[in-house]
Amino acid sequence: MKITLKLNGHPRLFEITPNEYLLDTLRKNNMTSVKNGCDASSCGACSVLIDGKPMLSCSVLSARADGCEVTTVEGIQKEVDHISDFFGDEGADQCGFCNSGLALTIYALQKDLKNPTDEEIKNYVVGNLCRCSGYQAQFIAIKRYLEDQK
Amino acid sequence: MKIVKTKIPSIDGKGIMMGRPAYTDDLSDPNSLIVKLLRSPYAFAKIVSIDTSKAENLEGVELVLTYKDVPKKSFTRAGQGYPEPSPHDKFVFDEYARYVGDEVACVAAVSEVIAEKALSLIEVKYEQLEAVLDFETAIDSPIIVHPEDGILEMFPIGFEPKRNIAAVYGMEVGKVEKTLKECEVIIKESFYTQAQAHAMMEPHTVNARLDIHNRLVLYSSTQTPFHVRRIVSQTLDVPLSRIRVIKPRVGGGFGGKQALHGEMFVSLVTLRTGKPSKIVYSRKEVFESTFTRHPMRVDMTLGAMKDGTLKAIDCHVLSDTGAYGEHALTVFMVTGAKVLPLYNKVDAVRFNGEVVYTNHVSAGAFRGYGAIQGNFALESAIDILCTKLDMDPIEFRQKNMIVEGETSPIFEIMGEGTAGTAMIMESCKLDYCVKRGIELIDWKKKYPRVDLKNHKIKAVGMAIAMQGSGIPYIDMGAATIKLNDDGFYNLMVGATDIGQGSDTILAQIAAEALMTTVDKVIVYSSDSDLTPFDTGAYASSTTYVSGNAVLKAATQMKEMIIIEAAKVLKVEPKDVDYDGVVLKAKDQQITLSDLSNRLTYNEDQKQLTTTGSYVGHKSPPPFMAGLIEIDIDKETGEFDIIDYVSVVDCGTPINLKLAQGQVEGGIVQGLGMAAFEEVRYGKKGNMLSNSFLYYKIPTTKQIHKLTTEFAESYETSGPFGAKSVGEIGIDTPPAALANAVYNALGVRITSLPITSEKIYNAMQEKKQKESNS
Repeated sequence: MKITLKLNGHPRLFEITPNEYLLDTLRKNNMTSVKNGCDASSCGACSVLIDGKPMLSCSVLSARADGCEVTTVEGIQKEVDHISDFFGDEGADQCGFCNSGLALTIYALQKDLKNPTDEEIKNYVVGNLCRCSGYQAQFIAIKRYLEDQK
Repeated sequence: MKIVKTKIPSIDGKGIMMGRPAYTDDLSDPNSLIVKLLRSPYAFAKIVSIDTSKAENLEGVELVLTYKDVPKKSFTRAGQGYPEPSPHDKFVFDEYARYVGDEVACVAAVSEVIAEKALSLIEVKYEQLEAVLDFETAIDSPIIVHPEDGILEMFPIGFEPKRNIAAVYGMEVGKVEKTLKECEVIIKESFYTQAQAHAMMEPHTVNARLDIHNRLVLYSSTQTPFHVRRIVSQTLDVPLSRIRVIKPRVGGGFGGKQALHGEMFVSLVTLRTGKPSKIVYSRKEVFESTFTRHPMRVDMTLGAMKDGTLKAIDCHVLSDTGAYGEHALTVFMVTGAKVLPLYNKVDAVRFNGEVVYTNHVSAGAFRGYGAIQGNFALESAIDILCTKLDMDPIEFRQKNMIVEGETSPIFEIMGEGTAGTAMIMESCKLDYCVKRGIELIDWKKKYPRVDLKNHKIKAVGMAIAMQGSGIPYIDMGAATIKLNDDGFYNLMVGATDIGQGSDTILAQIAAEALMTTVDKVIVYSSDSDLTPFDTGAYASSTTYVSGNAVLKAATQMKEMIIIEAAKVLKVEPKDVDYDGVVLKAKDQQITLSDLSNRLTYNEDQKQLTTTGSYVGHKSPPPFMAGLIEIDIDKETGEFDIIDYVSVVDCGTPINLKLAQGQVEGGIVQGLGMAAFEEVRYGKKGNMLSNSFLYYKIPTTKQIHKLTTEFAESYETSGPFGAKSVGEIGIDTPPAALANAVYNALGVRITSLPITSEKIYNAMQEKKQKESNS
């Protein structure tokens, strides 16, 4: 079947099978920022924005995203470039497999919450698992980025 | 030092966060056949019959392979050097399935849906066998996990498969029994450590293709590309020269990707079909069918005098290697070799035990590699002894632990699978680490406990640890440096960046030695055709071993540049003054940029290139003190980890932020093991914890505060004074937490993980005992 997604600002036609998940549709179309970490909606590596809201693309059927606006890290390169500066400074990026998904969630957090508390920040990104960093460097990087965006 | 011991960002972090293609699956051929595995539903079974005809006839299926299609040649998936200290006890496919998830057959099809459909069409009749699921009764059980012929040890490791024994080892310094009899205080305790899952974020992934020379090219998410090439060659009888292994960006390993998992299957499919293929493990497969940490029982006996002098340590270990013996001997030996030397002043020390087969998923290499298991036992036992001696555990450690300039006979006796290497601790700031650690956590105010009045108690606990820096005389790393026109360099290393940042710190080492900046050193790592050899990213070897190779190559390159400049300037090389940019002699000068352009295009043209290789002659241990602060509920045993203080002696931290990341990542992975992570099985040996829903790893919510500092330390044999830092962080949390729980509530938890449920039950038991007496 055919669906239309407004992918990173541009309407595009995709040929999909009815049981296909958005994660696979996006990766097949070279959106390499979207990662398959658990295929069971529990790690956050496949995070994308659907109509502006962070969602796990491994648990959204592509057919259900028909007509939606889908944003991946490929569509917000400038913002992620900026976020990555803070991660680099804090040594928060190790293997990097979770980082694109996290960057997208941070981008959404920055738009969603004004002056979030530490607790609110942690609640927002708690679904983005990381096995490398121990989280503290990430958390400091996120706070510094949010401070900078004020 | 200008570049080393700074906190420059990792050289690839930005590109990766921005989503550029980097990982194995990003680089697969879009036309790849999808390879999927049929896995055993039983913990132990023999295949009576297997019919693949329906699967083969399904449209879109290219190949189905079972044990009937593959020569029966034993190998080990351990991913170690050759000859391996792990037994060759695995076949690519076998008539036996030895754990739930063991490989039975594979299919290659044009799509994932067809591959999965094909798996369901394979008809297998199994004879179910009774399984060995309790590792404490495995030895000489009537059920033999490996009854087959054709399996072997590469050199004597005590391999006795008919007794379910994968490996055995024992050693004794002094006379333990006699010394214990002379001791005034003795404690004896058994400790249990659980299987832990690596849970790296990128699942195991491999793809294969044939290149225009008809060679097999593997892109593998591996920690050991050169071992992968050798093991695939030996096992599938493909000449080594016909295989190229490329390691792209790897999304975490922690030892889990030292092993070979998908490599054999995609290699077979591509060799037999001529078509590109790929395998991406599902998360369920990563949990059920790769490796875990070795679960162990560690029996520890300590003997001391009343004045707090530790006299004897007796340590017996029983380790569960699961269905196959990957890393069986070596992990078990490290349980002693990188733990017991912490208390080097004892009169007698004994270490022995067995590694047994069971029908659980195999255990393998995992950050800490036995040391975390041994550390939990020894550092818990030390606190138990201190309670009996009525002595402060800090004071006891300061009196008995190893200090700079000392040694332990264990270094010479125990290596990894073979004898070890004698060494003096030329850099050991453990005394500083302990002193600074107690300051940072405010030990004096909080030890042993502070009643917070709201049902809660604040308590602290601590442990000390050591690790190694590579395996002496075995681990070899090499680096090639090439000078380009315009005066920048290529650094080609066999060393394997798996996310720990080794490409960055190796570039820093090269830049420091070449007196240039990191942007002028272009790193390319781990491609068996293009980079020199390296054993791989394991055994905490990269900074020390590969780093030394880079330093050697860079030093040689600097000399070569000076020789070329001297020719141009018509002086002796010794008269050339060089600052990394300009080469001067008397009143003449030439820039590196001009010199390199001239060497490329104009006069006496040549390519300057040089290779350095390094093999360690010792394995200088990093040391640390780990201190935990918890707030614990007096009634339920539920606790919060308020702070974890780490003071680490890793010699010179090459990159301050990346070294901190290694420590903190290790601490949090260790806290997961200490507090809640556990691979759990059902009654029939099926894994219950086979997803992130049922196997919880720490999230950002559990981490309140990590305080990490480095001791000023310089290891003269390391590159710019560096030792390793990759593993040391994981070792202390289990014992530190157990000690803190005891300090808070007076209950001693001797089995991991230390859950509130165990604490609650221990408190109830304690109350019962107190009311009975």
